[in-house]
Amino acid sequence: MTSTVEGRTTAATANGVGASPARPDGTRKVRGEFAYSSDLWHEDMLWGATLRSPHPHARITGVDVSAAVVVPGVHAVLTHDDVPGLNRYGLEHPDQPVLADDVVRYRGEPVAVVAADHPETAQRAMKLIDVTYDELDPVTDAEDAVHGEVAELHPGGNVVRHAPIRRGEQTPQADVIVTGRYEVGMQDQAFLGPESGLAVPDGHGGVDLYVATQWLHVDQQQIVAALGLTPEQVRLTLAGVGGAFGGREDLSMQIHASLLALYTGKPVKMVYNREESFYGHVHRHPATMYYEHGATRDGRLVHVTARIYLDGGAYASSTGAVVGNAATLGVGPYDVPNVSIDCWGTYTNNPPCGAMRGFGAVQAAFGYESQMDKLADACGLSPTEVRRRNAMSEGTVMPTGQTVDSAAPVAELLDRLEAMPLPADPAPAGGTADLRTLPGGVSNTTHGEGVVRGVGYAVGIKNICFSEGFDDYSTARVRLAAVGGEPAVTVQTAAAEVGQGLVTILQQIIRTELGVDQVTILPMDTSIGSAGSTSASRQSYMTGGAVRAAALKVRGALLSHAATRLSRTTAELHLDGGKLASVSDGVLADLVDVLGEAEFDETVEWRHRPTEALDPETGQGNAHVQYGFAAHRAVVDVDVELGIVKVVSLDCAQDVGTALNPQAVVGQIQGGSAQGLGLAVMEEIQTEGGVIRNPSFTDYLIPTVLDMPPMTIDVLELADPHAPYGLRGVGEPPTISSTPAIVAAIRAATGKELLRVPVRPDHIV
Amino acid sequence: MRLNLTVNGERRRADDVWEGESLLYVLRERLGLPGSKNACEQGECGSCTVYLDEVPACACLVAAGQAEDREVRTVEGLADGDTLDPVQQSFVDSGAVQCGFCTPGLVVAAHDLLRREPDPSDEEIREALAGNLCRCTGYEKILDAVHAAADAR
Repeated sequence: MTSTVEGRTTAATANGVGASPARPDGTRKVRGEFAYSSDLWHEDMLWGATLRSPHPHARITGVDVSAAVVVPGVHAVLTHDDVPGLNRYGLEHPDQPVLADDVVRYRGEPVAVVAADHPETAQRAMKLIDVTYDELDPVTDAEDAVHGEVAELHPGGNVVRHAPIRRGEQTPQADVIVTGRYEVGMQDQAFLGPESGLAVPDGHGGVDLYVATQWLHVDQQQIVAALGLTPEQVRLTLAGVGGAFGGREDLSMQIHASLLALYTGKPVKMVYNREESFYGHVHRHPATMYYEHGATRDGRLVHVTARIYLDGGAYASSTGAVVGNAATLGVGPYDVPNVSIDCWGTYTNNPPCGAMRGFGAVQAAFGYESQMDKLADACGLSPTEVRRRNAMSEGTVMPTGQTVDSAAPVAELLDRLEAMPLPADPAPAGGTADLRTLPGGVSNTTHGEGVVRGVGYAVGIKNICFSEGFDDYSTARVRLAAVGGEPAVTVQTAAAEVGQGLVTILQQIIRTELGVDQVTILPMDTSIGSAGSTSASRQSYMTGGAVRAAALKVRGALLSHAATRLSRTTAELHLDGGKLASVSDGVLADLVDVLGEAEFDETVEWRHRPTEALDPETGQGNAHVQYGFAAHRAVVDVDVELGIVKVVSLDCAQDVGTALNPQAVVGQIQGGSAQGLGLAVMEEIQTEGGVIRNPSFTDYLIPTVLDMPPMTIDVLELADPHAPYGLRGVGEPPTISSTPAIVAAIRAATGKELLRVPVRPDHIV
Repeated sequence: MRLNLTVNGERRRADDVWEGESLLYVLRERLGLPGSKNACEQGECGSCTVYLDEVPACACLVAAGQAEDREVRTVEGLADGDTLDPVQQSFVDSGAVQCGFCTPGLVVAAHDLLRREPDPSDEEIREALAGNLCRCTGYEKILDAVHAAADAR
């Protein structure tokens, strides 16, 4: 960590902000005692199962459940007729049926649900439901969906959103022009904990739902509408979450399990298996992108023109916001005077796509960074030099007209990467190299023959927090009292801990602000106001900000209380390591004695500074709260005879503003980089006519420990004065630049153009 | 059917087991031991790794009946009371746990590796853990944890 920050307030105590204390849930997790959503159990509970459409596009002509209902052990078989409220839900638009009524729009769409006393009974009954379909032609191409003569899949057409961005001259002249058409395949979040939860009826028409999600309150809103209940009747508690990465922002089994619980009067557990998980959540939008970059002979960008098509699949999910990101971040972290971008998000009959780590910025980065390498070639510059010449910095005006008003150290990130040592040269062909260090590993496909090394660089940009005028807030309650002779704080929020370590960060913030070691993070539930989504790299900023604000109110009240008791002024008092102290006289009292029987309890709803909607014609507006930047250097060895790639090293430099927890920051960078590596060389949900061909971990490959190389990581801390503690959201930026850096390295090794990710052996050979 | 087996040193019995159930299902749903995880249930992810007669196995690939009269040791059986096994402790200390869903399987796999090879190299760790998927950490801190556990043992 390279620098420090202003804005840390008082209360020196161990394990506060800037330290790396152990996670409060870590011990339970390593003992196997942490209760994930699939681990829940209730006396007398039933198991739910979901019948899904086998067709990507069809009209339902009949549903006969009679054979399923009579299976011994079956308690309910429900269809759309049994949905008591609105049979539609969705994050941005309620366009998705809870259970299909007249038309199915993707392979895997839920049609009916079953509850039975054993999961196998539920599965067998499900197969006895007789659904008849008239198959319809699927729409499977996003460009066709926008421009072609194809069926309208939803009222109003197949365009979910078109976002144009217009800045500067629209017909500029440039010395050097490079163009390209790029494709990004459909990536899966592949969180390991499957969609699951337990719905428990309360006996009074309401339900308690224990579930793994990213945003309890937006789940609650959608469930309430579908069930025709009030928010008071539908209470959600966060169960243990086995990873999320965007894939839990949309509903999966929430409404289905609640519906079954209310109909049967019994607790209902639903757990998807891995195949069903591929149908049960949205994926990263596949993209087709047409880019034109114009520059002066010395490589300074004159213009960027782009058309970006994002395939949203059957339902809107968060496609609108993904389009906004891809459009506004479509030129990357560069200063470009003239910009014309059009980005479309479409409906098709492919699997629904929505949030995944990087959220629109990942797709665009593969396009613009591939273009920057082409431009470097065309201008005779190195890949890093062309990026440095165009690097944005604080004060740069974005294509939206928004001025970047905090650190944007793009050139510095590249400098730091270049200064890192390179790995040792590859072993010579035919030598005695350890097979494990070669492409193909112990498969024994080469002893070094045909192995070529390449090096590539990339930089990415990501907006942090929710954008485009969204009322983005988080709610936190902080309570301080003496418990068992010690000062103790409880923190309550509805913020989803999905593995990233927010629970640790919130404890650290309390320790820093109140000087209290004993901090309990209460279970996250809907009995408090919304914390917003665990997405957009926003929870340290937002719920961290809310907890800090509540802690400051508690501190203010406590110091007033103490000042009165001790006949001091509030201004001279501060908290330090469980003590109350004054500037002049040092320690005055133990905090626990000052507290006595008093209790300080504050709830705060906290917002980041407001943003603006984009102008629908020009895409102008101060749409984003904060920008995050990461850069990668990848070194690859490619067996050019077989097309096998081994990533030898993957180094990263990222500005995080302030590292609240350095160990967690580095963990985010490592994990995010691995997901970018997956997209670069292995991960794609392959569809054919709208049907997923590889819904398993046998056929959808994610990086193993053999695939991930060692990483050198350089964390910059250039504080953002607008953010709590100066922090900058960490989770997404490393996923963005990892992919194009690896592809650039493969291009350098092979000389191939490589216009599509993931890169496959047949693209190389 | 009725199933008798030893789990974490205790004789256990499960009644009314359907023949198609896996050992993983029996552990999780019938014996109150959900520590072994159900990430893929097809033997690809390693999250359900348990010792079966001292040999690591994916519990999802073992039919319940195959475990009759055998000894199973799960992640719940590694700690000594409140004292974590060094592998467990080093996973916590090294930051190798994020969401933690892969952790039980990785802890068992790493525990097995260190029994066979007390001071493994990076390459040996990578080969030994190649059957365990993790989606959060990028594996770097898992390597750190295994080295730390080796040092601590």
